[in-house]
This record gives sequence, structure tokens and C-alpha cells, in this order.
Amino acid sequence: MTPTPAIFTPMLIAAGIFFVWSCYRRFSLVTLGQPDDRFDRLGRRIGDMFLYAFGQKRVVAKPFGINHFIIFWSFMVLLLANGEFLVKGVIPALSLALLPAPLYHGLLLAFDLVSLLTLAAILLAFARRIFFPPAYMSTAYVKARSVEGFLILAFIALLMIAYFGLHGAEIALGSEPAAAFMPVSSAIARLLQSSPSAVSLQSVAWFCWWLHALVLLAFICFLPHSKHMHILTAIPNCFFASLEKPNTQPREEFVKGGEFGVDKVDSFTWKDLFDSFSCTECGRCQNACPATATGKPLNPRQVIHAIKTNLLTNGPLLQRDGAHVIPLIGEEGEGSNTEETIWSCTTCGACMEACPVLIEHMPKIIKMRRHLVEMKSTFPDELLNLFENMEQRSNPWGIAPSERTKWCATMEIKPFEKGVTEYLFYIGCAGTFDSRSKQVTVALATILNAAGVSWGILGKEEKCCGDSLRRLGNEFVFDRMAKENVELFRQKGITKVIVQCPHCFSTLKNDYRQYGLELEVIHHGELIDQLLASGRLKLNQQVKDLGRVLFHDSCYLGRHNDVYDAPRDVLRSATGQAPLEMERSRNNSFCCGAGGGRMWMEEFSGERINLNRVDEALRQNADTICTACPYCMTMFEDGLKDRQAGQTRVRDIAEVVAEGLRPV
Amino acid sequence: MQIVACIKQVPDTTQVQIDPVTNTLVREGIPFIVNPYDTHALEEALRLKDRFGCRVAAISMGPPNAEATLRKALALGVDDAILLSDRVFGGADTLATSNVLAAAIRKLHEQEEVGVVLCGKQTIDGDTAQVGPGIATRLGYTQLTLVDRIEHIDLEKRAIRVRRKLEGRHEIVEAPLPVLLTVVRELNRPRYPTVPRRLESADAEVKTWSNQVMQLPEPTIGLKGSPTWVSRIFSPERDKGEIIGDGVQDPEGTANLLIDKLLSKDLLAL
Repeated sequence: MTPTPAIFTPMLIAAGIFFVWSCYRRFSLVTLGQPDDRFDRLGRRIGDMFLYAFGQKRVVAKPFGINHFIIFWSFMVLLLANGEFLVKGVIPALSLALLPAPLYHGLLLAFDLVSLLTLAAILLAFARRIFFPPAYMSTAYVKARSVEGFLILAFIALLMIAYFGLHGAEIALGSEPAAAFMPVSSAIARLLQSSPSAVSLQSVAWFCWWLHALVLLAFICFLPHSKHMHILTAIPNCFFASLEKPNTQPREEFVKGGEFGVDKVDSFTWKDLFDSFSCTECGRCQNACPATATGKPLNPRQVIHAIKTNLLTNGPLLQRDGAHVIPLIGEEGEGSNTEETIWSCTTCGACMEACPVLIEHMPKIIKMRRHLVEMKSTFPDELLNLFENMEQRSNPWGIAPSERTKWCATMEIKPFEKGVTEYLFYIGCAGTFDSRSKQVTVALATILNAAGVSWGILGKEEKCCGDSLRRLGNEFVFDRMAKENVELFRQKGITKVIVQCPHCFSTLKNDYRQYGLELEVIHHGELIDQLLASGRLKLNQQVKDLGRVLFHDSCYLGRHNDVYDAPRDVLRSATGQAPLEMERSRNNSFCCGAGGGRMWMEEFSGERINLNRVDEALRQNADTICTACPYCMTMFEDGLKDRQAGQTRVRDIAEVVAEGLRPV
Repeated sequence: MQIVACIKQVPDTTQVQIDPVTNTLVREGIPFIVNPYDTHALEEALRLKDRFGCRVAAISMGPPNAEATLRKALALGVDDAILLSDRVFGGADTLATSNVLAAAIRKLHEQEEVGVVLCGKQTIDGDTAQVGPGIATRLGYTQLTLVDRIEHIDLEKRAIRVRRKLEGRHEIVEAPLPVLLTVVRELNRPRYPTVPRRLESADAEVKTWSNQVMQLPEPTIGLKGSPTWVSRIFSPERDKGEIIGDGVQDPEGTANLLIDKLLSKDLLAL
């Protein structure tokens, strides 16, 4: 079949112009965002791009992701075939046949087989959408757009069908000299020859060529306007992704006349906006989100979609110096986030861990919280006390700082002294004031003494690290507390810190780095593991009376800081066997519900997050649930009471080890 | 018409200890806070400002470091912050204090008519609840104490109707302006300062008025103007309880003991 360049060329040019214009319109919107340097350490960035975009690491983490992997790589191969198709449509003499024969034949074979593979994958995708639709398909706005999903699949399927129709017909006509390298098309050719259309093979070829051409041009035009745009944005998005785990938020500079936080789409960074164009609505963040799972209004995918919709609506107006027509915060509509949505996040990071294209959801939510707290002073009532307590007494409960040493009434504890003590044991507010967590503090102190670790405390000088404030968007007060702490740590010459709370851990380790303080922070899970492994800590007995022991990963220890094995190893050493795992564990762990300042807030809508997790633990018939975080411990103990599961205990890993230190 | 909120810097009493030798409050290293009841007075003043657009002045008598309290008021949105500070004001009891505060309000009144004065019902350090009524008496204002709701206020008609929270009942009373209200915590939920306001307040002016401004005769202020003085402060002795039973070894028996104890003291109704 010989194309008709006179007709095809103007069509291609028109489609090309439309495509470029559409892309320009969309991507110019991204430039409305604020600056953010994402061009450093290019080697790492290229590496990440290969791993996550071309290697599809996150995509194939779910079984059906393999289908996407096949479609993605088929697309990469067929990009060449389709490129040739377009060029040949304009200049028929230019074709891959000009390549050396072995290479050309190899390519033909690849195109033929890959097209079949793609067709199969597309049919599977169709079947999934029709017969086993994932739960997220029925959520707001997604249902309306599922037509788009079908359309995209149909486009690809039609391209494959047209490809086989065209080559089958040409082989049947005997006008394809390389038919031997096209087994699938040859089979189609035999089918055509034995079908009624055998008399009009020329027409079949003509029809299939134009079908292929029109679908391809339509797809090119449709692409920048659909969620399928991710094929343009996903790869660069992986390149521009945060090189550090997004477990902290950028600092704010507090100068008069400044705007703090984000309430307008153009106050986000360009990367925040680019993220919204990279989302293809796969729904994995939504499936992982504890707020979504328990019926809260927050759905991380929806937050990203709201930003995109808001940008597409407001952006063009802003480019013409117009005003925003839909607010980013405060409305129920498609391009806005309600305040309750913004307050529902536990900052557990499950969404970011699940996202195949490395979208950073949580920092965007915290930026919007910052606006609410810092510019408008509107936040859930419960937080007023927390904020005042933190500011006045440097702890969430508002307990007098003079009571910071009460936990060690029964022990003799030395203050940290530069040059004398090696480690500061930063107790943390929970370990200091919460009656249950105080037991963990005592257990850990006992362990440190038994292992001969040189450690001391700050006593009444210790201040809260400010974790909850930062995650709640009260950056102004966090900033003040962080500066005070950094100053105190420097003054005291502190370089090595033991913590028992993953929130203190992450804040001291990651957030304070922004203030120029590099600390060697070690969570007690890691420290005890090292002490046991090196033989410095010897247990007197194996802990046997805890029954079936299960371990729950704290988000700020696990997902945000990659500490998974140490606490498990500790439990294995102490009890003689590996702890039980929940269905969702390690980096797929499910939040207890207390992170992101949610510890201090009521849960008014939906099911309680801690109950969801407690039920999961109870399904493993655990006798003892082990945690390594004071917040997780509170949430589990409360949840077990609610479920009247009094036979199940909660223990911190330090308590289990301290148990093993008892003389036989 | 302007609104005046009287606020006081107090030691964070949950952290105050009494020196067993001298019987005085140990104030070293104790953080100061805005008297909690006064934060509600301030909030109500700011709500009136939000409603009527009137000016709000916050005044406080205290040592120079009480400026921090007034700065917080500025961060919350007051228009003027005035610290009444002078060595001769020192050692004042409630009478001498209300003389100074009343004089300052009179002074403010000369600049712009004062319609409402708001005070907390009492401070958490002195706990007398006398200063508010003392100011009202000295100014000749109507005093409405223990207010937990402003039912109605009309600045034009110069009338106010409030609800007072009394033991076991509420009382609704009306009065013509100017009035002095002392308020309880139930009145409102204090606001939280926005960051822009905090930044602005950081170098906003807190005016200091000494007795040069008010020109009060010395026998009416400070220690000399104070007929009351504290002879002794002490922590009341409390009977120590006893530990009964052993909850670890014998939880059931101990629970029974506890129930018996509660029943015998009539603390548990069956």
C-alpha cells in the first residue's frame, strides 16, 4: 500500500502543530510555580529515572503492574515503528528497509511480536476495567473519567489491529518481501486469504493504513489533554523527584510582608505543579492512605487532581493577569481541597511510597496547613491548646518543664556532660510525661546501663523537638523551637543522640539538618540491635511469656527513615523467634493514626484509624503487639480497649529486652 | 468609642513553688504567661473590634518585662498597648492597682471615649477578683462581673445586655455604657495570632506610662497606697493517704478493698 503524501502530510502537520501548541499551553502553566532547584546531582537523578521510569520499579511492585510494564516497553519499541509509519506517510521512499537487512528483519520480527503482546496486554486491561474494576474507580471524579481510560485503551488496540490488518493484507497480496520475519502478520494474511475479503485485499490494506494513520493522529492530538499525558511527564518527573526521602519540609523565611504556606495554586513550586501533570490516576496512593481507608475526606490522588484542575482553570487566567476563580482551599468542588481534607493527613508517607512516578503528596498538604495556621489561624479547636502548650511549656501536654526529671525518680541518672558522656539520651515528651511511655524510658535506661553505654540526659533543660508543630503547619513556632534546640545542642557539644521516639528521631536527624546541625541520631531499635550483635548486651534469659509476638512498623521509623530490620532482629534475639508480620508491613505498613499531629486531634469522620490497624493485628492472633514508638503504643492500647481485646498486650521492644535482662 | 482590655502578666502558677524558709513564691526561672482569664477579656475586646471597627487598647501594670504580655496582645490585633510601669507603683495591693489602672483608663478616655472595659474575672496569682470591680468603682462605671456571654450590645444606643455565670444559675442583666465586664473562660475561645501579625508586632510600639503621665498622689499608689499586705504564704498541709492492698499480687482482693473504702466514705452510690 503506497501512502498518499499529498493528503497525509497536511494532516500530520496540523496534528503536530496542535500537539505542540497544547503541550506549550500546559507546560507554560508549570512555570507559574515558584522556583525549586531540582537540577543538582544529575548522576543520581539519571539513575533514579532509569530505575523508576524505564525500570518501572514501583509499577511492577503490584502484580498487575507487569501488564503496564509490557505496554510501556512495547510502546518504546513501537515508537520506532510508528515513527517510520509517519515518515513514510510523508516521504514513501524513506523506510527502515534502507537499514542493513539483518537489522531490518530483526526489527520487523520485534514489531510483529511486540504488537501481539501489546494487544494481549490491552485486552487484559480492558477485562480488568470491565470485570474486576479496582475499588478506586468508583470514587468521585474518577468514574466520570473512566470513559477516558477506555478511550485510551481503544486507541492502542485499534493501532495494533490496524497494524496487523495492513501487514496481513500486504503479505496476502505478495507485496511484502520480508513476510518471513512477520509470523503474526503472516497468520493474519492466511486468515484474510481464506475469508470473503480475499477479493478486496487492496481495499483492506488501504482501509487499515488510514485507520492506523487517523488513530495515531487523533491520539497525538488527544494526548496532552488527557491523563495519558503522563507518558510525557512521568519520565521527567522521576528525574526531578526529591533525592532525599520527603520526610521533612522546606524551611520558611519569616520576614515582614511575607506570605506563608500555600493557598493559591501558583504559590506551589513548579515541581508541585509538574507532579499534578504526572499523575495518571492509578489509585495506588489512595489504596495506601489510612485516611481514605477509614472514610475521611482526604484522598491523596484527589489532592493532586485538585491541584491540576485548579491550575488548568486558574492558570490561563493568571497568565493574563486575571484572578483565581476557584480557591485552592475551602470548597467542595473538583479543583479545591476542603479544610477537613487537609487536616486528615497523618503524614505517614504511604502515598509517596506507593506512587510509581514519585509524586510528593505530603509536602503539598503541609504547605496548605501552613497557610491555614500561619495566615488565617484557622485549625481544629483541639490544636489551640497544643499550640499554646508547645509555645509556653515546650511539650504537648502543657506539663511544667520542672517535671521533666520525674520519670527517673527511682533511678540515678547523670546529666549529659561534654567530653564525659558519649551519648545524649533525648527522652522526648512522651517518654518524659506519658505514664505508659515512662515505663519504656526506664526499660531503655536499664538496658543502656546493663550494656555499659556512656549516656546522660538534659533533664529540665530538654525541650520538645517540635515534630507535631512542623507537620501541623505551625512552622513559625517550630522554627523558633528548632533554633533553641540547635543552640542548646551546640552549646552542650552534643553529637550523638539516642532517642526512643521515631518522631524525635526523624526531626533531630532530618529536620534539624536544615539548621546546620548534623547529629548522629540513633533510635533505640538500632542501638539495642547493635549492642546485642556486638555482645555488649547479654540477656539473662529468653523472653518466653509474651506468646505470639507481632511487630508494627512506625511510619517515621520505617517508611520515612528505612529502619525495618533492626527492631525485628532485636525481637528475634530477645524472644528466640522472628516476630509475626501483619498483612501490611514494612514499607507498606499502615499508620496507627497518630502521625502528623493527628495524635492531638479528634477523629470525627469515618472509622478510627487505630481500630483498622488493631483489627489487622488481631487477625494474626497476636498475644503481644510490639511497637517502637510512643504514639503507636498509645493508639494500639486505646484501640485494644475499644475492641475489648484485653488479652492482647502492647510492649515496646525495649520493654521486651529489659524483660530478658531479669536475673533467672 | 474605644474598648480597653486590662491584662496582667502572671507567673505560670503550675510551675510555682513556695520557698519553705521564707514563705514566698520562688519566681526565679518561672516563665510568665498572660493571665488565662485575661486572654478571654482580650479576645472579647478583639471580637467587638471585628464587629464594630472600634479601637482596642490593652493596658497592663507591671515591671518592664511585662512588655512581653502586651506584645502578645499586639500580635493578636490590639491597636494600642500601654504598659503602666514605674517604681512607685511597686508593691501595690488591689486598691492601689485599681487606682493606677483607673487613672490610665481616664487618660485614654481623654483621647477617645471609652465604652467598655474588659478584665478577666481574677488573676491566677493573686486570686482576689477585686481589681476589676475596683476599677469600675473608681471610674463610676457599671460593673458586670462573671460574664459568660454578651447577649446584645449597641454602641449607638449605649446599651449592653450580658449573661452572668453564677453558681447553679445564669443571670441576664442590662446596663448603659460605659461598663466594666469581668469575664469567665466560657465567654469565648481565644484566637491564635497569625504570623504576619506576630512579625508586625515584633517591632510595634508598646508605650510605657509612668506616674509622670498619670500624676497620681503617691499615698494612693504602690506600697504606700496599699492597706493590705501579705503576712505569710504557705502550702496547706495535707493528710497523706495510705497504700492499701497489693494490686500486683492480689488484684481481686485489692479491688474489693477499694470498693469497700469507697462505699464506706459514701463516694460510690449503689
